[in-house]
Amino acid sequence: MTFLENRRAVGRNASDDEYGGRRRQGPPRELLPLKERPAQPLPSPSDWTFDTIEQYHEVIRETAQRFGLDTYPNQLEIITSEQMMDAYASVGMPVNYRHWSYGKEFISTEKNYKRGQMGLAYEIVINSEPCISYLMEENTMAMQALVIAHAAYGHNSFFKGNYLFRMWTDASSIIDYLVYSKNYVAECEGRYGLDAVEELLDSCHALMNHGVDRYRRPSKLSLAQEQAARADREAYAQLQVNDLWRTLPRKAASDDAAAPERRFPSEPQENLLYFIEKNAPLLEPWQREIVRIVRKIAQYFYPQRQTQVMNEGWATFWHHRLLNQMYDDGYLADGMMIEWLKSHTNVVAQPPVTSRNYSGINPYALGFAMFTDIKRICENPTDEDRQWFPDFAGTPWLPTLDHAMRNFKDESFIGQYLSPKLMREFRLFAIVDDEKDSELEIAAIHDENGYRRLREALSRQYDLGSREPNIQVWNVNLRGDRSLTLRHTQHNDRPLHDSSQEVLKHVARLWGFDVHLESVNGAGETTRRWQVAPGKT
Amino acid sequence: MLQQIIDRRLSGKNKSVGNRERFLRRHKEQIREAVRRAVDGRGIRDLEKGEDVHIPKRDLSQPVFGHGQGGKREAVHPGNSEYVTGDRVKRPDGGGGSGSGGGQASDSGEGEDDFVFHLTKEEFMQAFFDDLALPNLTRTQLAEIPEYKSHRAGFVNDGTPSNLSIVRSMRGALGRRIALSADSRQELRDAEAALAVLNEQGAQDAVSLKQKVELLEKIKQLKGHIARVPFLDPLDLKFRNRVRVPVPSSRAVMFCVMDVSGSMDESRKELAKRFFILLYLFLTRHYDKIEVVFIRHHTQAAEVDEQNFFHATETGGTVVSSALVLMDEIIRARYPADQWNIYGAQASDGDNWHHDSGRCRELLTQKILPKCRYFAYVQVAEPEQNLWEEYQRIVDEVPHFAMRKATEASQIYPVFRDLFRKEGAPTT
Repeated sequence: MTFLENRRAVGRNASDDEYGGRRRQGPPRELLPLKERPAQPLPSPSDWTFDTIEQYHEVIRETAQRFGLDTYPNQLEIITSEQMMDAYASVGMPVNYRHWSYGKEFISTEKNYKRGQMGLAYEIVINSEPCISYLMEENTMAMQALVIAHAAYGHNSFFKGNYLFRMWTDASSIIDYLVYSKNYVAECEGRYGLDAVEELLDSCHALMNHGVDRYRRPSKLSLAQEQAARADREAYAQLQVNDLWRTLPRKAASDDAAAPERRFPSEPQENLLYFIEKNAPLLEPWQREIVRIVRKIAQYFYPQRQTQVMNEGWATFWHHRLLNQMYDDGYLADGMMIEWLKSHTNVVAQPPVTSRNYSGINPYALGFAMFTDIKRICENPTDEDRQWFPDFAGTPWLPTLDHAMRNFKDESFIGQYLSPKLMREFRLFAIVDDEKDSELEIAAIHDENGYRRLREALSRQYDLGSREPNIQVWNVNLRGDRSLTLRHTQHNDRPLHDSSQEVLKHVARLWGFDVHLESVNGAGETTRRWQVAPGKT
Repeated sequence: MLQQIIDRRLSGKNKSVGNRERFLRRHKEQIREAVRRAVDGRGIRDLEKGEDVHIPKRDLSQPVFGHGQGGKREAVHPGNSEYVTGDRVKRPDGGGGSGSGGGQASDSGEGEDDFVFHLTKEEFMQAFFDDLALPNLTRTQLAEIPEYKSHRAGFVNDGTPSNLSIVRSMRGALGRRIALSADSRQELRDAEAALAVLNEQGAQDAVSLKQKVELLEKIKQLKGHIARVPFLDPLDLKFRNRVRVPVPSSRAVMFCVMDVSGSMDESRKELAKRFFILLYLFLTRHYDKIEVVFIRHHTQAAEVDEQNFFHATETGGTVVSSALVLMDEIIRARYPADQWNIYGAQASDGDNWHHDSGRCRELLTQKILPKCRYFAYVQVAEPEQNLWEEYQRIVDEVPHFAMRKATEASQIYPVFRDLFRKEGAPTT
């Protein structure tokens, strides 16, 4: 399996494909023709049966193929609402290690669901190969059709095509890895006690968002490989750590100050969990392995967090497109159309900022509008569109959409494709909230002068790098008290949240010695310091 | 392309049980507290329910690094209706939808609500038993219903010969015979009718004779057919089916006797309440119908309802015998010992008017104990006074009397040790 390492590259041609050696053809320039129109529409009962799902799936699959959607094989699974809540509780994955926070999640989901405060999702789709889509038993036939088109063809093709997913995740082995991690954590619970494992997981979860490599591709995960490598890794890691700390002060303290200080790490590191896994002095090998497991899983979810708008938008666009095409081809009856369109309308609703229901921009609404808008620009460009998007206005829409899906994440996608027309339709406006100012200022609205500023601001809003504080490993005091120093580099002078002290306790628990955190503003001045000694959590 | 639809619905829910266990384990303290409060608030008879547990949000938070208030941030919102570039707006104070640009800060802003979840009945009882330090064996005894009665439950196709239902079997056999031979009998009737017609005509020509012979042959064949349908087939056998249904036996009355004089404060009463609950729980496993009689006393005794029993406060001295006299009266009036299983539970702080204690012992040994299946006394205070000493003398003489001092909940259980050990003792 070692050769897998080099098989992928960013920005690769669309024509080669590593999955099973199949060569992927580029998307068709236009919809392939229908073989023959059906004599009558598909049956449209309100309750689904396995047969009807099969029939619909067949037609949806054919339609998707005519559009050239490239997907992993699909595996549809029918589940009950309880099972859906189970899946919610373990972050949507079919298996996961046990932790109290998932229990809490389950309890609150169940409570809200039973009180009717919240509907469950119609589906959950897992980025795996084959791509598993959960369909809820309670859905009507129309909803099942919607869900199949949305999850099994929309999300699925996104998982397979988008560069972030290709780069960071391994659809073929994630389930295996989760099984491995579940068993490993359970084994540790048996061997070292529930408390020890729980504390460790708590601490790791606190750093989960800072446990991803943002720029470097992680190595592949696979069950066999992991197991074979683990023993070696444990021994080796321990050896390395020991080696690092062997650097005892050789001379008296007075010489120490004069000696040129050896920095460690030599450059700041952004992946806190990785640093801890490799360098924390007191962790046992099994603890390092658990840190690694949490880190790997965080890494698996990282692309999803970066492509929310695109992913949901793409899936929504495609269920809309596929089902409409099926209607045009004569497969869908009117009643079905009305039913799924109603759900679709609810999903893409965007309440305005003044509404009581407003809770930020709805990623489904924005994503769906953007993909639909790109198609419109391709097909019916206005003068404005030609000016803003000269490179694809008036070109075939399928390849353009395919390109957009493959090569962007939310931040760059919005930066590239958000059109003035959409900004006007959404009536977007940007507010600047500056601490030094007593009032808020409207920085830009949807007018000629504001478009670019607005688009930049919205794009930045989806940049995980600016949404999450930038905290890096700054220094380890190798010769003194072994303390670890983290540094927060402020973005626009935004301070850290008060819970930082709590998080630091977790860092200290993992590190085993004192941990410092300093917050540095744009001018390079340290504005605030925290310090935590281990053992006080 | 590989396509499959998998029906997962039967492959089990509750995958998350392990997570729930870990969650409960983590919040053991709060849960114990909630159970304790619930026990105090509930009646003895409706203990076995679930309970809502409140956990402060801050105990559940999972801190992560995030941005706080302050600094400079820019947020884009949809639905502009009035603003133009350069407008200045007042900063909304707290709460509002603004500030969501950060996306992270929302976590702690309004965290006042408690996280509420529901403990199931089983989990509630588990916590309750934990509190009382019940041994596991006792838990299982409490948790299961020991006696079974067998009930008729229709008929089945196999069983032991002793359960054979002859009427049913024969009826089944008859039905089967009729069904299996219906065609043949119809043909037989037709053939016989045809034969009768032939005989009536009396024609002696060769054709008629040949017909007759054929008909006779056919009749013989059909009769043979009918006769070959078995009279009784294993298929016909019906057996009476019986199922074992758990049945609590008979009825019992439980007397709760408590000192409510001034020296019994709230915490002592709570302790006493647990003591009564435990006895009640035990009795519910054994008896169909349980009545509870509450007798409180200071210098005089009175029968009261549960609310007054636990929550009314009285002052003054203590004459324990007054309660025992009243108990005896009630037994004689309403609960004849040959029809009721009588259990007594007495809680007191040991304080008694000193001339009265001897009389208490006499009352117990002569009047009450002979009628009782079990009598338990728990003293919720440390000092041993004359009541304790007098009762001490009974313990040796009477096996179904138990006494104990308890200053915290976990000390109550030993009082019942004998009672629980004598599993199945109450017979009807």
